[in-house]
Amino acid sequence: MKASAFDYVRAKSLPEALDLLARHGEAAKLLAGGQSLLPALNLRLSAPEILIDISHLPELRGISTTATSLRIGALTRHVELQNAALVAEHAPVLTQAIGHVAHAAIRSRGTIGGSLANADPAAELPACALALHARIVMQSPRGERVIAADDFFTGLFATALLPDEILTAVEINLAQPGDVHGFGELARRSGDYAIVGLAAQGRVQNGKLAALRLGYFSIGTKATLATKAAAILTAGGGIEAAAAALADDLEPHDDLQADAATRLHLARVLLRRVISGMMPSLKAAA
Amino acid sequence: MSLSPTDLPNSYIGRTVPRPNLARLTEGRGLYVSDLTLPRMVHVAFLRSPYAHAEIRSIDTSAAENMPGVVRIVTGEQMQAFCTPWVGVLAHLKGLKSAPQHPMAVGRVRWQGEPVVAVLATSRALAEDAAEHILVDYSELPAVVDVLAALDPSKPVIHDGLGDNLAFERRLDAGHVDAAFAEADHVIEQSFTFGRHTGVTLEARSIVADWNKAEARLTVHLGTQAPHMMQNIIAMHLGLEEPQVRILCHDVGGSFGIKVHVYADDMAVAALARMAGRPVKYVADRLESFVADIHARDHVVHGRIAVKNSGEITAFEIDDLTGIGPYSMYPRTSAVEANQIVNLVGGQYACPNYRARARVVFQNKAMMSQYRGVGHPIATSVTEGLVDLAAARIGMDPLEIRRRNLVADDAYPCASASGLRFEAMSHHASLNKLLGMMDYAGLRTEQAALRAKGIYRGIGFASFIEITNPGPAFYGVGGARISAQDGAAVRLDATGAVIVQSSITEQGQGSEAVIAQVTATAMGVPLDRVRVILGDTDNTPYGGGTWASRGAGIGGEAAWQAGRALRSNILTLAGTILQARPETLDIRAGVVVDAEDGRERLPLSELARIAYFRPDTLPCDFQSELMATRHFVPREYPFAFTNGIQASYLEVDTDTGFTRLLRHWVVEDCGTVINPQLVDEQIRGGVVQGLGAALFEHCQYDAQGQMINANMADYLVPMAGEMPDIDVAHVVSPTLESVIGAKGAGEAGTAGAAACVVNAVNDALSPFWVVISEIPMTPALILRALGRG
Ligand SMILES: Cc1cc2nc3c(=O)[nH]c(=O)nc-3n(C[C@H](O)[C@H](O)[C@H](O)COP(=O)(O)OP(=O)(O)OC[C@H]3O[C@@H](n4cnc5c(N)ncnc54)[C@H](O)[C@@H]3O)c2cc1C
Repeated sequence: MKASAFDYVRAKSLPEALDLLARHGEAAKLLAGGQSLLPALNLRLSAPEILIDISHLPELRGISTTATSLRIGALTRHVELQNAALVAEHAPVLTQAIGHVAHAAIRSRGTIGGSLANADPAAELPACALALHARIVMQSPRGERVIAADDFFTGLFATALLPDEILTAVEINLAQPGDVHGFGELARRSGDYAIVGLAAQGRVQNGKLAALRLGYFSIGTKATLATKAAAILTAGGGIEAAAAALADDLEPHDDLQADAATRLHLARVLLRRVISGMMPSLKAAA
Repeated sequence: MSLSPTDLPNSYIGRTVPRPNLARLTEGRGLYVSDLTLPRMVHVAFLRSPYAHAEIRSIDTSAAENMPGVVRIVTGEQMQAFCTPWVGVLAHLKGLKSAPQHPMAVGRVRWQGEPVVAVLATSRALAEDAAEHILVDYSELPAVVDVLAALDPSKPVIHDGLGDNLAFERRLDAGHVDAAFAEADHVIEQSFTFGRHTGVTLEARSIVADWNKAEARLTVHLGTQAPHMMQNIIAMHLGLEEPQVRILCHDVGGSFGIKVHVYADDMAVAALARMAGRPVKYVADRLESFVADIHARDHVVHGRIAVKNSGEITAFEIDDLTGIGPYSMYPRTSAVEANQIVNLVGGQYACPNYRARARVVFQNKAMMSQYRGVGHPIATSVTEGLVDLAAARIGMDPLEIRRRNLVADDAYPCASASGLRFEAMSHHASLNKLLGMMDYAGLRTEQAALRAKGIYRGIGFASFIEITNPGPAFYGVGGARISAQDGAAVRLDATGAVIVQSSITEQGQGSEAVIAQVTATAMGVPLDRVRVILGDTDNTPYGGGTWASRGAGIGGEAAWQAGRALRSNILTLAGTILQARPETLDIRAGVVVDAEDGRERLPLSELARIAYFRPDTLPCDFQSELMATRHFVPREYPFAFTNGIQASYLEVDTDTGFTRLLRHWVVEDCGTVINPQLVDEQIRGGVVQGLGAALFEHCQYDAQGQMINANMADYLVPMAGEMPDIDVAHVVSPTLESVIGAKGAGEAGTAGAAACVVNAVNDALSPFWVVISEIPMTPALILRALGRG
């Protein structure tokens, strides 16, 4: 199929983009890497009147650190994320996850801002953002607003972004001594969206797992933190008890790949594998 | 040492040489139908049925007519006057019935995706815009989806006039089946389920049809495997004479059988070109390919095997049920796959007792027909699945039971229980070669060691036979105008270069290379002096095309014969020029030489110069003939059977149900190997499609007959990341029907790949006493079988 006709405008600066967005409102769609939007247009699932191309905005580029945080511009392409030393240092779970996102051709165009704004429940990056306790930075004509990733993903392809807001960056706390992470996903073919996946971030303190955050994706309508399971693990309750608690944490769905029960089973398998990878001692105990 | 004619000093037969079209295709200079733009050309978008089964109450195109760019809108009803319907039956498939099929639905739609209205516009996007404004009032009817439901008398009959949904039934009973089962030490039964899948060609089907009123001629640019068949059929249904239709087949991006059939939308495009008086282009998009291309397989087979404690297999029995969609595909029908399964089961084994039944039913799904391997993957999976179950029951190694039952290598010529005649095969030599490649004992040791650690690996085998080089027994005897013979015309041009026109076609497998190699060898000229022309009904000899693994074996032999005939003409001319006896001369590396000592006498360029520009220097009664045409069809045997064996080594993750393919081996006997690299690529590609069927590919339908994964995200084609290394080796038993001795190689990989993967998964899971006999074997399926998840 071919996309239905639309207008196209390339914004040269963030203020211009915000202005265009304010002017066209619901009739407009922002275009970043185009790797989710263009397929949707070609499938005629989406038929905006105008595309505002933000892919040239200098304000949305770059990866840098401040005294406390790592800042990843919204236009950072998947391949840049994959190769960035600062990301590997401060948010290695992203480095690990991004290799599972699609294929090289798509990674060279897709952006982190686009992935987060798109909020596909099967996408890796939203779950990583949850696990990393990331902060999402947004800009509107009213100014900048920063919210926790926990509050950003509101539902199926739905986020806290308002119609006139642009996601500009993601902020993540700098790595601390003792940080550990783990990642796993089960996809039928490499590069596919997973049947279920898990991004985990924690810290080993006094030989114990602390500050654990388990970001699940491809299970339920949005990326989800398994808070009960994480609490059990940090309280020393053991992997099996945590795996059992996933029944409360997650709302698995049925689809062509797996029914809800199988999906929950696989989420538990991943928990065992990811956690024992992060904390070999827990594996021995299990 | 005596040299056979194909072992000439400058032979290209048996050598890996680059394909002549390689650079052109890889540099993006190929010409596919979608690259064509003709003056005044319009584009068509089809509005397709959203329902599997519905009455069309009314169609309102008025809003769409006024949309920008729209040239014409045509309904199925309106097209009737321009294209007659067809019925996909063949006389030799006795009892096969089907209903008249129109290029676009008339009155009723019978599968989701059936074309209903055609919109012609100045661009495809505008045509799609307009199609969104057509209002079709449907009254939905209950759909027949499941194959078992199709025969249920309480379910609707898809074609009122046919009485029921049973399209075809065949029974076979050979030897003494009941006695064999009664006397067996063990009888094992198993049901096997094969999901539907499809071909997913890299290039989607595409066509440009151009009606030239002044010439009263229709030129059709079509990615097809069988140009002359299409010429005949388009002419017949558009009310034209065959010479009024020219089929041009440019580069084609993969076919696998998908592009050998007559599609409703292609016929509609041909009719639209005449109706509109303008060239019409249609390029299927990926989404419609899933519901408009043929699907394949979709079988449920119940099988039984009788075995003695000694390992002797004494009987096979199968009952196959398959669903083909609402019509039998035209003109090759949709009964051939089931028919092949009846023919093939047990054919690799010396077992005289065999009973089979196959039933082919109509249903409201996309149409099913011949796709790479036609019937072979099913027959091999059932046979080899049963053989493994028998081996397990009597506690015998799977290779040992095969050794004891495979037809002996010195038993030929012989016939199978179903009556297939075998000229020469090599099951035991192939099995021995396979063992040499894979270190079977070492793998079994590794398997046992890993199993102790909770890692489950499996080894599976599949021996197979494969129908290639079909003669008229396939289609011609049934009344279809599908040629079983192929032709080649070879000529020497004025510089001494060679041009070959062949009736076979190229879809990426290297037909062009094979024809060039055979011709160069037959003539004794360097390969780069040979140019091959394919795919044009105005400019090639009449022939069948490329399908059923016949291109090299039949088209290649025609090129050989034509090349030898031209060589003989050239030597006669050279003899005249050189005043030598032609028998004392030879052509080597493009130069006429003394046969005895290879001394150069006359380059072909000089010979051609004399023949074309200075015939005055030749005797008055001598006319040189520097073009020769030959045709070939095998006569002794209806088919040239090939054989082989495959093995798979894999690991099943029993927690997740995921299967990881570790290694795959194939030993295959396609007779003379013309180009080892091309043959190995064919084997590997075929294996990959078989692995796709085993683990990934599945056209999934809901209870209403909607295909629910008709896109490239949800329909999983096998990709490189999941594929194992595939080791290929050959045993060579040439067919004596031809000089070159080549049999087909295009489908052997597909024939056995899924079977040995299923056997390997079951081997891996043997500690759990689980038998899986359904493909694709998804993680969910494996978990369910293990009682997990
Ligand atoms: C074949 C294929 C496989 C894929 N596999 C995966 C996979 O396995 N895992 C995965 O996570 N993804 C996958 N993707 C999606 C890919 O990661 C996309 O790049 C990503 O989802 C969107 O990023 P983008 O920059 O391409 O966004 P676009 O497609 O340009 O935009 C996506 C949406 O986000 C909005 N948007 C974009 N940027 C902003 C912004 N800064 N502020 C506000 N709104 C914005 C757009 O308006 C649009 O609605 C796949 C894509 C393809 C084509």
